[in-house]
Amino acid sequence: MSSLFDWFANRQKKEPEIQAQPERDIADGLWTKCDKCSALTYTKDLKANQMVCLECNHHMRVFSDERLRQILDPDSWQPMNEQLLPLDPLGFRDRKPYSDRVRETQDKTKLTDAVQTGLGKIEGNPVALGVMDFRFMGGSMGSVVGEKLTRLIERATQQRIPVLIVCASGGARMQEGMLSLMQMAKISGALERHREANLLYIPLLTHPTAGGVTASFAMLGDIILAEPKATIAFAGRRVVEQTIREKLPDDFQTAEYLLGRGFIDAIVPRTQLRKTLGQLLRLHQSPPTVPSKLVMHHLPDLKTLSSIEG
Amino acid sequence: MASNDRRILLDFEKPLAELDSQILQIRELAEENGVDYSDQIYQLEARALELRKEIFSNLTPTQRLQVARHPRRPSTLDYIQAISDEWMELHGDRRGFDDPAVVGGVARFNGQPVVMLGQQKGRDTKDNIARNFGMASPGGYRKAIRLMEHADRFGMPILTFIDTPAAWAGIEAEQFGQGEAIAYNLREMFKFEVPIVCTVIGEGGSGGALGIGVGDRVIMLEHSVYSVAPPEACAAILWRDAGKSAQAADALKITAEDLQRLGIIDEILPEPIGAAHADPLQATEILKDALIRTLAELSSMGSQQRKDLRYQKFRSIGVFAEASLTA
Repeated sequence: MSSLFDWFANRQKKEPEIQAQPERDIADGLWTKCDKCSALTYTKDLKANQMVCLECNHHMRVFSDERLRQILDPDSWQPMNEQLLPLDPLGFRDRKPYSDRVRETQDKTKLTDAVQTGLGKIEGNPVALGVMDFRFMGGSMGSVVGEKLTRLIERATQQRIPVLIVCASGGARMQEGMLSLMQMAKISGALERHREANLLYIPLLTHPTAGGVTASFAMLGDIILAEPKATIAFAGRRVVEQTIREKLPDDFQTAEYLLGRGFIDAIVPRTQLRKTLGQLLRLHQSPPTVPSKLVMHHLPDLKTLSSIEG
Repeated sequence: MASNDRRILLDFEKPLAELDSQILQIRELAEENGVDYSDQIYQLEARALELRKEIFSNLTPTQRLQVARHPRRPSTLDYIQAISDEWMELHGDRRGFDDPAVVGGVARFNGQPVVMLGQQKGRDTKDNIARNFGMASPGGYRKAIRLMEHADRFGMPILTFIDTPAAWAGIEAEQFGQGEAIAYNLREMFKFEVPIVCTVIGEGGSGGALGIGVGDRVIMLEHSVYSVAPPEACAAILWRDAGKSAQAADALKITAEDLQRLGIIDEILPEPIGAAHADPLQATEILKDALIRTLAELSSMGSQQRKDLRYQKFRSIGVFAEASLTA
């Protein structure tokens, strides 16, 4: 994915910033500085405001554990497939072996790979939830991310519940080569079956959503939500700029830009997210009595018809 | 003959070209002097054949990439026109665009109506600019899916031909939803009741290739490549050195043999000695035979079985460890 390159290039710049401010520091530190307006906020207040700056409304990065706490009903989270671990099927080595990169990232993040999946409830509504984590190699999608999301969607189809995926990813993971690319098809296939069963799928696009994730499950929602100012792209900004050899406008590939072009349904401030999700889930919960009533209405007619024909 | 033929020689083809021109010189000499050199010519030709076999069976991934991108390599339209009994190109995505980087239409193949489509690289510089070097825009993917939906409605099998460096990464491509266009195709291709056969004929460039690449069978020509990212770009990022593209090409596992081993593709079609561009007619025959055989296999199944198997095929791709839960 071209955008993946872009992301990898940007990561060189961004990595120190993330290292200097891991989630733990935010949790323990008394004050937190906004990366946008530099305002210092009492961390407790910032967390209470879902890591949205009280001064400038900037949505700071939120990782998977924190996101789960923000969205789900307390104690409703049942993680799935945490036993899936990445391997190194290509024996990939760039400046560092892939297997080392994975181990180091696992140690640093305490995550197994770039997505957490499981079942939970939002305002009492059951949902199959996947949350990508940008800390794990830029949220890149390899075999484990593909398999966990596919199993999640299949479970949701089986249990007839909606799927919600919080996207944060640079795209396909290069270190697993074509196996990564094929996860796009695999997940899309699972979503096709979920959709065929008339079930609801909502992706939430957070900063950044790019490459192979954009070109598969991020754009396949029945309803697509995004966080304010999130970068959402297929090919990243630098790739596009290099391709067309001109500078792009500042708002290009932002959530706001995509809303204007009709590719997403709504931009939801993080502080409104749980409420909005609860509302959407309730609106799409067809009361079980309605379909059975419809069937009852039709059955006598059909019988009459067949008895006449017979 | 060789002098006015504008052949494009790859580095590793040069010893072969030298040998070929030697043979030609001896021939001319024989003709001029009326001497019979047929023994020598026969020997040299045998050597040339051996050398050609040897070189082409030991290509590095980077050399494969060069072959896959060879300007004389048969393109989608070359194959479509050569293998179909009749063919009519259809245009447009019905959303305001007709992307020349994707061609498609209705055809009769082995007596049966089908839909054929694929990315189209240019046959020369001018054509390449018109066709954006085979890099499709959202309109191209939408044209493709519109034709596939047509095929599905009329019970025509779908044959796709993949040959693209990547999906187009321009400003309009983003504006008009390149991500959405590819994503939509990935999902919808699982739905179709008709058989789908996807063949990588040259370059399979990441999501741009996959956008028409979900099929019951995914086939690769021997010297084609299929990669998650162009090796040049991968090198620039992971090695921070674009000069390391040979290492990247090697590490990414882009050759047909590697991809068959990883369970990504189903079959490799052998190419004529010296690759498809050396003998396009034979390459066409090989492709046609394989597609006839594959369609016969797929047509013997029910549509639900085919769809289930298509799902299972992609469902099973991935390599990971599953630790025991009881541990």
